[in-house]
Parts: sequence; C-alpha cells; structure tokens
Amino acid sequence: MQYDEKRLTRIVATDCGSTTTKAILIEWVDGEYRQTIRGEAPTTVEAPLNDVTKGVINATNELEELARLKYNNPNIKFMENGEFVIPRNGDIGVDAYVSTSSAGGGLQMMVTGVVASMTGESAERAALGAGAIVMDLIASNDKRMNHEKIERIRHLRPDMILMAGGEDGGTVKHVVEMAELVSGADPKPRLGAGYKLPVIYAGNVEAQGEIQNTLKDKVDLIMTDNIRPKLETENLGPARDKIHDLFMEHVMKQAPGYNKLMDWTRGPDHENVPIMPTPAAVGNIMQTIAQEENIEVLGVDIGGATTDVFSVFTEEHIFNRTVSANLGMSYSISNVLASAGLDNIMRWVPFDINEGELRNMIKNKMIRPTTIPFLLKELVLEQAIAKEALRLAFIQHKDFASSLKGMQKQRDISEAFSQSTSGATIVDMMSLDLLVGSGGVLSHAPRRNQTFMMLIDAFLPEGITQIAVDSIFMMPHLGVLSEISTKAATEVFRKDCMLYLGTCVAPVGRSKLGKQALHAKINLPNGKVFDEHIPYGELRLIPLGVGEVAKAHLKTSGGLTLDSNRSKELDVELHGGTVGIVLDTRGRRPFGLPTEKTQRISYLKKWMRELEVYPEEILA
Amino acid sequence: MAQAYSAGLTVTDNIILRKERVLPLKGEVLVKKGDKVKAEDVVAETLLPGKVVPFNLANKLGVTPSQLQNFIKVQPGQQITKDTVLAENKGLFGTGLFKSVVHSPVDGEVENISAVTGQVLLREPRIPVQVKAFMDGVVTDVIPEEGVIIENKSAYIQGIFGVGDETVGELKVIAKSPGDEIGVRDIDDSCKGKVIVTGACVSYEVIEAARKHGVTAIITGGIDDQDIKRLLGYDIGVAITGHEKIGLTIVCTEGFGKINMAQKTYDLLKHFEGHKTSIHGRTQIRAGVIRPEIIIPLQFEDQELVAPEAAVPVLKPGTMIRVIRQPHFGRIAKVTKLPEELTKVESETMVRILEAEFEDGTKFSLPRANVEVIES
Repeated sequence: MQYDEKRLTRIVATDCGSTTTKAILIEWVDGEYRQTIRGEAPTTVEAPLNDVTKGVINATNELEELARLKYNNPNIKFMENGEFVIPRNGDIGVDAYVSTSSAGGGLQMMVTGVVASMTGESAERAALGAGAIVMDLIASNDKRMNHEKIERIRHLRPDMILMAGGEDGGTVKHVVEMAELVSGADPKPRLGAGYKLPVIYAGNVEAQGEIQNTLKDKVDLIMTDNIRPKLETENLGPARDKIHDLFMEHVMKQAPGYNKLMDWTRGPDHENVPIMPTPAAVGNIMQTIAQEENIEVLGVDIGGATTDVFSVFTEEHIFNRTVSANLGMSYSISNVLASAGLDNIMRWVPFDINEGELRNMIKNKMIRPTTIPFLLKELVLEQAIAKEALRLAFIQHKDFASSLKGMQKQRDISEAFSQSTSGATIVDMMSLDLLVGSGGVLSHAPRRNQTFMMLIDAFLPEGITQIAVDSIFMMPHLGVLSEISTKAATEVFRKDCMLYLGTCVAPVGRSKLGKQALHAKINLPNGKVFDEHIPYGELRLIPLGVGEVAKAHLKTSGGLTLDSNRSKELDVELHGGTVGIVLDTRGRRPFGLPTEKTQRISYLKKWMRELEVYPEEILA
Repeated sequence: MAQAYSAGLTVTDNIILRKERVLPLKGEVLVKKGDKVKAEDVVAETLLPGKVVPFNLANKLGVTPSQLQNFIKVQPGQQITKDTVLAENKGLFGTGLFKSVVHSPVDGEVENISAVTGQVLLREPRIPVQVKAFMDGVVTDVIPEEGVIIENKSAYIQGIFGVGDETVGELKVIAKSPGDEIGVRDIDDSCKGKVIVTGACVSYEVIEAARKHGVTAIITGGIDDQDIKRLLGYDIGVAITGHEKIGLTIVCTEGFGKINMAQKTYDLLKHFEGHKTSIHGRTQIRAGVIRPEIIIPLQFEDQELVAPEAAVPVLKPGTMIRVIRQPHFGRIAKVTKLPEELTKVESETMVRILEAEFEDGTKFSLPRANVEVIES
C-alpha cells in the first residue's frame, strides 16, 4: 500500500543499529516532504534493559524535544504512554512509524552449494542481497573433509541456512549429500531453542523430493525456486523474499523487545510495516539511484561492527552487496588494526604517535564503542583507521562482484586478446559515475572535506567520479519508508539525504613526483578560470557549489589517462558540491605514498592543507 | 533536556542476582526448587551428541548407491562397535570367494543411510556435559530438562573486559591503593587458589607469576594491549572472549593501558577481602552484550530475593560520572549542567555535551557519550 501527503504528513523512522538507534522525523512542509529533525540514543539490547524499544523511546524523546524547540510549540508529542500515537491528530502523534534493524548482530546465515564458485557464490549473493552476514559457505568442493563440514555447521548456529546446488535437471547426488551433512550436524538456531532452524532450499528442483526426505524431520524446510536454474542464469529474487519473510517470522521475534517493536511499526491504516534488515534497505536505495539516473554507483555503509559495500555496474545494472563482518569503527575497530596492520594505518597519519598508546586507544574504543573523539588527534586517528577499513572492505567487494563463473562465453577476437575470463570482477573504477558514502564516520565527520578525502583515499576513484555522502545517515530509513511511500522516500532522498560533495578527477598511471601530470583549464560559473599545470603527486581543491557545473579542458602528460578509452585530453562538465572539484594527481594503478616517514608526513600535511581537511594547528 | 539515558557498568555492594544456568541441549536437572547450592555444585547434566563420521559405504563396497540396500547389514539407530559389519557382498558369483566386508571405523550409532549418495553417517558415543551453579545461592526455579534459575544476594561488579572462563576463589587484595602497580615479588604461594586484586594495571610478568603460583583469577584496573597479545599468542580482533585456556581468568574494570581502578570498585573489593568470589572474563561487545562479572555472595533470607525493577542509568545535574575516553580518562566528576544544544568540541565534532566538575572544583565539558554513570 502506498500513501501520499493526504494521509502521510508526519512520519518517524528509526534504524536500530548495533551501537545507536537513529530516529528521523519526516514531515510534509510547504508542499514537499522534508527530513526535519534527527535524534539518537544508545541501542538497548543489552542488560539491564534488554529491550530494543527503550532505545527507540529515548531517540524519539529527543526528536520530540527538538521538534518542540524548532516549532516553539510545547504541545508536540509523538508518543503517549510509551507507544506511538497513529494516526496524527494535530500536535499529537504521527501518521506512520517504520524501522530497520541491524541490532543483535543482524541476520546471520550459512549458505551451501555444490561448486563454491558457482551455485555457492549465487547462494552467497542472494543472502548478502537480502541483508545477511554470511558466516560460512559450505560446498561439495571446498576442500574440507565431510566431518569437518559437519562440525562447522554444528558450531556456527546461524539464524537460517540457504541451500543451493545443481542447475535444474543437473546433479542430485551432490545436493543430497550436502543435505545429509546438514542433517547429520542437526544445527540449532542462534537465538532460542524453542523452534526448528529455518532452511531454505533453492537448488535443483529435481532433488526437492530427496531433500524433503533427508531434512524434513530435523529442520523447518522451505522450498523455493532454483537460484541458478541454468549456469548462465541467476534467479535470486525468490530466495531473497523467503529470507526476508523468515527474518521477520523467526529471527526478529527472538531478539529482546522485537516483538513489541514489530507491533509498533505501522502505517496510517494501522497496517503492519515489516522491519527491514538495515543493509537490505540501503541496497534498495542504491539500486533506485542507479536505475533512475542510468549510472554506475558504488556505495559504502561503514558501521560500528560491519562495513557493507554496494555496487551497481554494467549496462544491465547488476547489483552486488558484500558485508565485511569484522571491519567497523567500534566493535570491530580492533580487527581493522589486526587485518590492516599498524603501518597501513599510520601511513595516513600526519604526525608521530606512540604505538602502545595507539593500540590501547583502539582497544578502548572497541570495549566502549559509543564514545566520540573529543581530541583532534583522536579524530585524525579514527579517520585513518576508517580509510583502512574501507579499503579492505572494497578489496573483498571487488573479488566478489564478478560475472557469473562457470558459464561458457562466446568471444570475439578482441575479447580473446583482452584475456577477460568468466568470473572477473565487474567493478570498474574508471567507468564508475558516483561514489556514495554512508555510516557514522563518513556522515558525521566534522568537515565534509574529511569525508571526501576518506572516500578517495580508500576507494581510489579513477578518471572522473562524482562523490556524495548520506548527509546524516538516513538511507536505511528511506529504504524502508519507500515500502509505504515511494514519493516521500524519493523526495527526501533528493533534497535532504544525498549530499553531493563534488567531483574527483584522478588520472590513471604512474609518473615521477614533481613531473608535469595534468593541465586543467576550468571555466567556473562565476566567470573565473582555473588554469594550472599540476605536477604528479599533488592535490588541488577548486570550490564549486552544489548544483553548479564547470566546463573543463583536461590534458594529461607522461602516459596518464583520463577514461576507459585511455583518453589523454577531454572536454567535460564537472559537477560541484559542498567540497568542490578535487584534482588528484597522486597516481593510480599504482597509488603509492612515500615510504620514508618524514617525507610521507610532509606530503600528507601538504595534501590535507590543500583540501582543508583539518585545522592548521594539527598540520603545523 | 534535564536528563538523558546513559550506559554504565554496575558496581554495588548489594544486589539481588538471578542467573540462568542451562544446558546447551536438553538433559537432566539434578537439583530442585528451593535447594541451596554452592558454586561448585553440578545442577544439570546431559550427553551431547557425539561427532558425526560420514562414511561412503557404497564406494568402499564397490557398488552403486542404489545397490547398497542389498548388502547393508545395519539400520539407522543401531548401536555399533568397531567390529560391527556395516555391509558385505556375496563375493565372486555369490560363492563367498573374494567377498568384501566393511567394518565400522568407529564405536557409536548408525545415524543415516542414503540410497542417493551411498553414504552412511555414523555417530560416535555421546559426550557428557555438566553445568555448575557458578555462584552460591538458592534454586528459585527449574526449567524442566534444561536447567535452573539460581538467585542470591551479592556484592557485584561488572568488568569492562576480560579473558578466561568461570572460576571461583577467595578474594585477596594485594594492591595498596587503586593506582598501585604490583610486582612479581608480591605474588607467592599464599595466592594459590585466590582471586587477586592488582590495582591500576597488571604486567605480563605478574600474570606469569600468578599462573605459576596457582592464582585463580586477577582483577585489575587496566591491562596493556601488547601483554594480552603476548599472553594469548594472538591479537584480539573482535571482543568475544571467555573461552581462552590460559590457566586463569583476568577481569579489567577500566580498560586498556594503565588506568587507576575506580575508588568505589577498589573499596568494595577491599571490604570483602577473604570472601568467596565467583568470577568470569566472558566479554561480548556485540549482539547481546556480555560483560565480565565479579560476584561476592552475601548472607540472605529467602524473602529478600525480590529483584527490584531494572533501573535506567540517567544523567542529570548531581549525577556522579566517570570519564571513559581521553581527555580525563578514568576521572570521577559530578554533572553540573546538561545543555540542550549541540556544541562543537576540540575535534570540531558537533555533539551533545555535559558540563561537570571534578572533586577539586575544576570545571570541564565533554560529549555525553564519553562518560558513564556511577550508580550509587
């Protein structure tokens, strides 16, 4: 059911994250939907409260207080007696309350397939696309002994299992063998022993009978269409839908307070609006942008515990999502240090710091995840860690976002020479149009220039790429809001959520520091002209406001290129944003920082000063 | 806003505790409602299913999976030993010559036989598992076949981080003050079986000495990240701990680095020196948070076991707080004001702040997120 402004004039949307519950107020003001107020409070899934709705109440209380201040109206109230008043009646109540959730560890799944890189990977894609964390992929050919697989399945305690394997009419034996392993492990669900573990079977239809015989007594078995009916075709939709249904029916009901929360989320006619896993909601929004604008999009949502990367590439708008379960800025911050190594973090820090002090600081953030950097030095360190978390998550995404493996492909002569293989990554930074960041460290950076730099340092966009950020972290809210009002979600997304930071121009290739790299002549809308020969290893910031466009003539030297056609000279339009145009001649493929510490710090300071990333006192 | 919710750790000399002690699978409960139990008592036990051994019998016998049923000698549910014949064929032309006989590779039970894959699943004998009471108390409820609820009155401290599982010992305070740092020479045989309190930090060398002298557990204000890494042999990536087998349990009350133990925590431990203490280092800072616990059971009457409504820690003028991040990490102060508007701090972050003053009267302001409430 979809509603418009006649029925929806005030909506509260929350995202119950693993650290913080974020609430936003969306209102119909002066003939348009706008996001007007934001509040937040710690998520309350732990003792002594053990009830997620307490965090929702606290965040909503903050919204109410700020609304009373904003409208200078002491009567505004969204809740009464600890519950939302729906529909709105004047100052009291709201027309709808919707929510997403990743608290309690989100949705944790295990997937199985016959060949890990084929049906296994398709199952993984379906689970990730539905917003899950994939704890393990178990496949017939994954080199583990069968008894090891059984031990692993028993040990994992997922929220649900997705089983794929075999194209329709293909292997039955291997699929049944996998079911036998699952049956032998007799897996138990993560939350509560009071129900059977849901297992979705989305493999060879001809094996359904045998699968039924093998598993029906041990698990709650649900059949759906084959995820890979043919090697050349992926059919992820039905399995994803089943995952969402089961997420609501089984997983959410077990988490503390969620029964109440599920009852709260309602539209204007009191109909229930299902709670959506946070990443599924963000994925919805990313796909909508790519399709509506007909562009390639890369998005990232860096949270406290996990980092999700979303991408829509190729003309067919192929969507991929990966979740790096242990890369994040609070609960998982220590794992970023363990995975990236101290040197990789320190290479982004423009000052010296005692190693022990830094390690203890990171560990203290891990055990007290809701704290905020008060000191400027701590902010710089957290942003250096964020760059590494983003970089590592992106590496995982590039590996995963590939063309279907195993399919036969007819090639023309040029493709044969280009050495492209099935299963190669479809992530092409040169053809990418838009890079969008989201999540606390990006959305709440004190300066947007910091967000810009974190994104370009971590993702190394190539050629010409627009950079944007989710202004105050509301993509999840809008993703779920679109279920009852696409109009409200789209309007707010365009006006309040998506904040364009500007455009990055980064020639690809290698040269020598100080050697001529890029000649940029940019005609700015105010009549001024930026005209400079920029040496290799530099950054330039040219202010250009939101909605403004500048005509640019770009010409590279020394073998550097500007687009997929390896052009060395281009006339293009560059779009502005809150930061502006950034010309980045630090090189790509490879991008490298000086290895010698003093020289590296000197370059970092120069770049940070040029991009106005930090106050002068820390760069002096 | 006059007040705000804030997370905090509990440190109290008197609390009614309620602990669920349940088996991982259904089994037998060994105590009944009203029983008084000691921490060491086993309250429930069960047999965990043994390891599953997949075995491709059709391959071993040299027949197709569908033919297997003609040769199989066992059925699902049947008990087996290593001598049990799982299947045999009739030999050359049914004469018994060159006959193949396949014996079970393990003792246990036949779980499943598949005519599709030719695989049999054999299950090894069950493994006994026991659940202990962990803390002295009274059984106030029995969950049939699963476990019990144990309640008591205790002095109780939540730690911030720990390693090592549940253990019990007598409390011994070695540190002379919350900021004290004890040395290797402070640990001797008098510490054997004890839960020792070490002050502002504990070094790797002191932990080694404690292990050597049979210390059960260490309570410390802080610990250095590198010492933990050396102790465990790996860097902790995600804080899910408690399963480490390092010979003792360690609970930090404040965090990483050298940090004075909160005065209240130290005084409470000092007050109960010599008491039996249940302690664990289990920490999970994600998905249903678990913090380490220090439980010192007290004498109580049954009618006292009424748990008060869980109080929500609230920040308001007059609330005592502890700073949990730099600057002023670890210091205690009193809230003086909670300004409503967002305020820019040194890092230029716009946050909701609080204004507070230290005991010496110095005033300061900090993000509300960087303090925790000290419950009185």
